[in-house]
Amino acid sequence: MSRPLADLAPSESGRIVALEGAAGDMQRLRDMGLTRGARIEVLRVAPLGDPMELRVRGFVLSVRKHEAAGILVE
Amino acid sequence: MTTVGPVVPPAPIRTAPPATRALRVAIIGNPNTGKSTLFNALTGLRQRVGNYAGVTVERAEGTYRRPDGSRALLIDLPGTYSLSANSPDEEVALGVLLGRDTDVAAPDVVVVVVDAQNLERNLFLASQILELGLPTVVALNQVDAARAAGITVDVPGLIYELGATVIPTIATRGEGLDHLTRAIDAVAGLPPAERRFTLPDAATAALAPVEARLRARGLAPSAAAMEALRLLGVSIADGHLADVDGLDLLVRDARLAVDAAGLDARSLEAEVRYGWIGDVVDRVCARTTTGGARSLSDRIDAIVLHRVGGPLIFLALMALVFQAIFSWAAPLMDGVERLVGGLGALVSGVLPEGDLQSLIVDGIIAGVGSVVVFLPQIAILFLFIGVLEDTGYMARAAFIMDRFMRGVGLHGRSFIPMLSGYACAVPAIMSARTIEQPKDRLATIMVLPLMSCSARLPVYTLLIGAFVPAVAVAGIFDLRGLTMLGMYLLGTLAALGMAAIFKRTLLKGPVRPLILELPPYRIPDPRSLAISVWNRCRMFLRRAGTVILALSIVLWALATFPRTEAAAAAATPEAVQEAQLANSYLGRIGHTIEPLVRPLGYDWKIGVSIAASFAAREVFVSTMGTIYGVGSDDSDAAALTERLRDERRDDGTPAYSTLTAISLMVFYVFALMCMSTIAITVRETGGGMVGVRWAALQFGYMLVLAYVAAWVVYRGGQALGFV
Repeated sequence: MSRPLADLAPSESGRIVALEGAAGDMQRLRDMGLTRGARIEVLRVAPLGDPMELRVRGFVLSVRKHEAAGILVE
Repeated sequence: MTTVGPVVPPAPIRTAPPATRALRVAIIGNPNTGKSTLFNALTGLRQRVGNYAGVTVERAEGTYRRPDGSRALLIDLPGTYSLSANSPDEEVALGVLLGRDTDVAAPDVVVVVVDAQNLERNLFLASQILELGLPTVVALNQVDAARAAGITVDVPGLIYELGATVIPTIATRGEGLDHLTRAIDAVAGLPPAERRFTLPDAATAALAPVEARLRARGLAPSAAAMEALRLLGVSIADGHLADVDGLDLLVRDARLAVDAAGLDARSLEAEVRYGWIGDVVDRVCARTTTGGARSLSDRIDAIVLHRVGGPLIFLALMALVFQAIFSWAAPLMDGVERLVGGLGALVSGVLPEGDLQSLIVDGIIAGVGSVVVFLPQIAILFLFIGVLEDTGYMARAAFIMDRFMRGVGLHGRSFIPMLSGYACAVPAIMSARTIEQPKDRLATIMVLPLMSCSARLPVYTLLIGAFVPAVAVAGIFDLRGLTMLGMYLLGTLAALGMAAIFKRTLLKGPVRPLILELPPYRIPDPRSLAISVWNRCRMFLRRAGTVILALSIVLWALATFPRTEAAAAAATPEAVQEAQLANSYLGRIGHTIEPLVRPLGYDWKIGVSIAASFAAREVFVSTMGTIYGVGSDDSDAAALTERLRDERRDDGTPAYSTLTAISLMVFYVFALMCMSTIAITVRETGGGMVGVRWAALQFGYMLVLAYVAAWVVYRGGQALGFV
């Protein structure tokens, strides 16, 4: 069962099953390695509740929940 | 190590560039992989480096000596994650690489810098570039940091997998550079790398017409195949392929065909390329640490980005910076002040009394000296900003502040240029290029000069030192430091407020996503920190030695001539000086503009100093220095702060009060008084008439804000009973 990355709690992780969002933004994320099958972990959420800190393919990346909502994981 | 993999299929040997001009070498890579460090190590230049994405926003050029003794031109490019540009700084990089810029010839050799700590993501761009077919050397950088993190890369294995030259380097220590320069010389004679993975048959068939069209336009078969695959995922047509007839339609048809075959056209390239890269990394990378162990960076982040602790650490760091600027710099500033005073006394002793002595002591030494005194503060400010950048904290600050910045319609990325705006608006405006969305970028540029820059420090320090008592507040803070912090806060809040206004009116647009890499923490390299602080200090001193020196001489002359006969009749020496000054050209100009500044509580001396400081803010201090140098009988230049405090009106009451000082500081918080900033705004907002209009709007709104705010402070303060 897939669910949006934005719903994951810190230290939860999953595999990307789809990227749904504005084409240009998703292309940037795909170029950085957020592709189907890639393992992605939520490290933490910023003190003000947004954005999220993620680990994917060995590096640490920050995206907002709005974009994270378009990244479906299982 | 400089051998090439044996699996490369035979291909035409490329001809070396003509010997008549220097070899052109471009450095490209993901952000924050050490491109600028490598560039500095090779050229001996001092390009700014930092530990966050987007330090290099323009190309930088330098030369290095090739093994045969001739010189090669080296071009350092902004970082990019792929060949598909998303922001202006990436366009700069790709424009040079693909020879898209009309004013720059395409490079003869490309050096792709790959971060050994993060091979997987870095190989995406590297493999795209290799497939372009230009002579390319891969510099596998930061192998020391990777080893420390438990990652070892099998270099011969990587050479075999990529079919390209790979040179391990440690740019921070200059290791591997000999091999690199030799590989750069040798690579033009080697066959180009080609695609090392295969596409599904349906995709190959669907892309054939696009590839054919690109080949017809002169692209090499490998480059055409790479571009065709890349275009499937790109939403906006690239500039360098825009003139290919009918390409958009062909790409659209290819997309439909790929989708029809049950594949996803948009993600096809990323999936097959990363699929191949994943296999390569499995074969050439060995990790000694267990997957579950948390890295040091992770543990630091757990504290620094903590829900409660994070914002507190952020605020404490900011407070520390201001405290340091005010308190720690004081002994150093006293030292410089004594030096300046001593120099004035020395010259007065050597030179006979007269105009020449007055020019040198009252004009040049008092004018330039009053600005040079602030050197320690500038150095401390840049040292702090340098440490924040080099450790990797800057990106964390953007992460913490993003939610807050979104409230005014900007995002966390705008926060980094705004923080560097505390140092100087000029590099800050340039670093706004990392902001992808043009409207966000414009809004950031428009409000950046409201961040109190280091040129305002002399003004704040002079006025606070003269008119704010050194009283302890809550035990640990000092009222002077807090007043300073208040000025910075006022500027920052105004910047955010104006950004909100711009984003809701002129620059209305959707909220753009934040995609920000948080680099691993790093211990700053003392040498590179020292270089960046020294560069800033040198710039400051150069300005003091040119603009401020010239203005000091001009202002001295204006304050000294014409000589007044009537002055001789005055009773006391002070009265003679006063009468002389009031009758000088400067005095006459001052009295002419006095009605303009009178409502703000300023006298003609301040009025003239403000007028002179439209060139650069710190000129305010040097002008006051010159005015009080000329207007005093003392040749052993007493500190300007004391003179300001002792200044009396005709009726004997103090000429300046704390309220005047605060109103004046508020004026300087808001007013855009800096030629360099105006010039850079014109350039960065589009240049030509468009740029001039944005710059005029920026200058105008800031001047109105300054005048109104200073008036409100002065009149409000009076109404509340302060004098």
